[in-house]
Amino acid sequence: MKMKKLVSLLMVAALSASMLTGCGSSNDAAGSSDAATDTTAEGTENAAGGTLKIGGIGPLTGAAAVYGTAVANAAQLAVDEVNAAGGVNGMQLELNFQDDECDAEKSVNAYNTLKDWGMQMLVGSVTSGCSIAVSEYTKDDNMFQLTPSGSAVECVQYDNAFRVCFSDPNQGLASAQYIGENNLATKVAVIYDSSDIYSSGIYEKFAAEAANQPFEIVSAEAFTADNKTDFSVQLQKAKDAGADLVFLPIYYTEASLILSQADKMGYAPQFFGCDGLDGILNVENFDTSLAENVMLLTPFAADATDDLTVNFVKNYKDKFNGETPNQFAADTYDAIYAIKAAAEKAGITADMSVSDICEAMKAAMTEITVNGLTGTITWSADGEPTKEPKAVKIVNGSYTAM
Amino acid sequence: MSFISYLVTGISLGSVYAIIALGYTMVYGIAKMLNFAHGDVIMIGGYVVFVAVSNLGINPYVAILISMAVCTVLGVVVEKVAYKPLRNASPLAVLITAIGVSYLLQNVALLIFGSDTKAFTSVVTMKNITLFDGQLIIPGVAVVTVLACIVIMIGLSLFIKKTKAGRAMVAVSEDKGAAQLMGINVNGTISLTFAIGSGLAAIAGVLLCSAYPSLTPYTGAMPGIKAFVAAVFGGIGSIPGAMIGGILLGIIENLSKAYISSQMADAIVFAVLIIVLLVRPTGILGKNIQEKV
Repeated sequence: MKMKKLVSLLMVAALSASMLTGCGSSNDAAGSSDAATDTTAEGTENAAGGTLKIGGIGPLTGAAAVYGTAVANAAQLAVDEVNAAGGVNGMQLELNFQDDECDAEKSVNAYNTLKDWGMQMLVGSVTSGCSIAVSEYTKDDNMFQLTPSGSAVECVQYDNAFRVCFSDPNQGLASAQYIGENNLATKVAVIYDSSDIYSSGIYEKFAAEAANQPFEIVSAEAFTADNKTDFSVQLQKAKDAGADLVFLPIYYTEASLILSQADKMGYAPQFFGCDGLDGILNVENFDTSLAENVMLLTPFAADATDDLTVNFVKNYKDKFNGETPNQFAADTYDAIYAIKAAAEKAGITADMSVSDICEAMKAAMTEITVNGLTGTITWSADGEPTKEPKAVKIVNGSYTAM
Repeated sequence: MSFISYLVTGISLGSVYAIIALGYTMVYGIAKMLNFAHGDVIMIGGYVVFVAVSNLGINPYVAILISMAVCTVLGVVVEKVAYKPLRNASPLAVLITAIGVSYLLQNVALLIFGSDTKAFTSVVTMKNITLFDGQLIIPGVAVVTVLACIVIMIGLSLFIKKTKAGRAMVAVSEDKGAAQLMGINVNGTISLTFAIGSGLAAIAGVLLCSAYPSLTPYTGAMPGIKAFVAAVFGGIGSIPGAMIGGILLGIIENLSKAYISSQMADAIVFAVLIIVLLVRPTGILGKNIQEKV
């Protein structure tokens, strides 16, 4: 066991060494492509104001791939729309999206790759842990960072970082209030991932707020990253405690297992989750009837009837094989439009340095209001958005606003 | 009542560990190597059944046979290609090769199937058993897992005691050189061991995925390590030891989750392993090893 760890460390070291050797040539490649884009930029600068390079990072593969893919797709969709409508301050946006497999180290590697490419501002990372890891570097570089979905408190701890989604404490707070105000349950059980900052962050705030609400937490059981396939004990405890609602502040992969194990046990409480459950209907071969009546707190429902949502859903479906956009896609779409609004407000030009862009964007973000897919959003200087939470219920295999 | 329920789930989980641990222990007993790729053979077994049942619509029981065949061939091929050339190399070289094969299998699966979690359709159709007016529900898959484990255990013991090939395995495990002088085909016997171990891994994969229906390229990694612990716990090289070690490990894991802390379960499992090894360095049934040495 120990030996395996040690040896795998050695192998990782060897792998990274081989990547470093590879880096020499890829750096050259990046350098030359940089030069190429620079010349085109210079060539067109007078006419079109150049190109603003936006980097994106998120899990395109791995356990959270549903999120990263949605973010990458929506970002491309929004960038194309903005460009078609004449760009930002006459500049065209260029997007380069890198995979981090939901791994903090790979996220930092992706960040360095993007810097080599000449990134001027960052949309990402998608998940909290990665976002925090990358924010240490964006702070040092004074690079403007806007995460569509990194919800942990620390994601925006530095003043160069902003987010579009709700923070974890806000989700915990809003969930507790929603359950309390709508009298969904009197006895609540929680199953959360204590090894994940997103999950434990929501849980802590939820537990604190529960004291002020007309329900009682009768069981709070944790699991960890190494032990996340067997939930029978946690479910059994919730059942024994008589919980009529189980709160799942976790990601959809584990939630799909919990739903099927609860079904096997013959336990059918109301399940309630946060934005991490978004994606549960897309798990391959998952019996979506198990997710029937599951409620989740999400700022976006694809079946909303306002023009903005209808158009976005239609364009997204047309472009990406009929796939229905989730909340991550919506947050990202809003993120690109927030960048557009702030960049126009601040008068960003393509020849500004990364640090100057960041300073200008920081000030402009607090002054803009975005009427986006996830509501009317304003930002405060600490990077937190202000918008209304909404809850949806899964009915007949799709989200229905409540 | 919930205690019994925790115990049943523990025994069922432990039975899966036990079947995997059999593969570790047999290979160790005969080739004196730790086949860390064993956990990933389980994952491949799971994927074969997944593709056969969900994508090709093959009958689940036929799919299990196909999966066993694929895993058996895979085990033998891995042994021939990766381990056989290193038969006289240092144990560390073989160990590292095994880890390399493990990563190779994971990444091949990643390439072919992608990294998205697949929801495995349980191939066990047995209904849950409801006792005491619904206070105790025993999942059908738990019953099937435990039964499969017992049948495999008895079958394997009989095979080793009663058949020529089985006795050849014992002979090779005790002294390779002497066995060869006695006219036993050592390479063939080692291949046979890998074949049996990998075939069992396919069954373990199906049972594991039926109980916990999520399949990713890393599905086999953690159960593989736990089963290795179970094999050491019971006394590596001993077949009944793997069985006892696996089931005890499953029970300890589930009960510590239930009564101590759901987060600390893994830490407790490994702490128990350390204590057992301090008291009995050869594991619970580890005497067999001393006879061999």
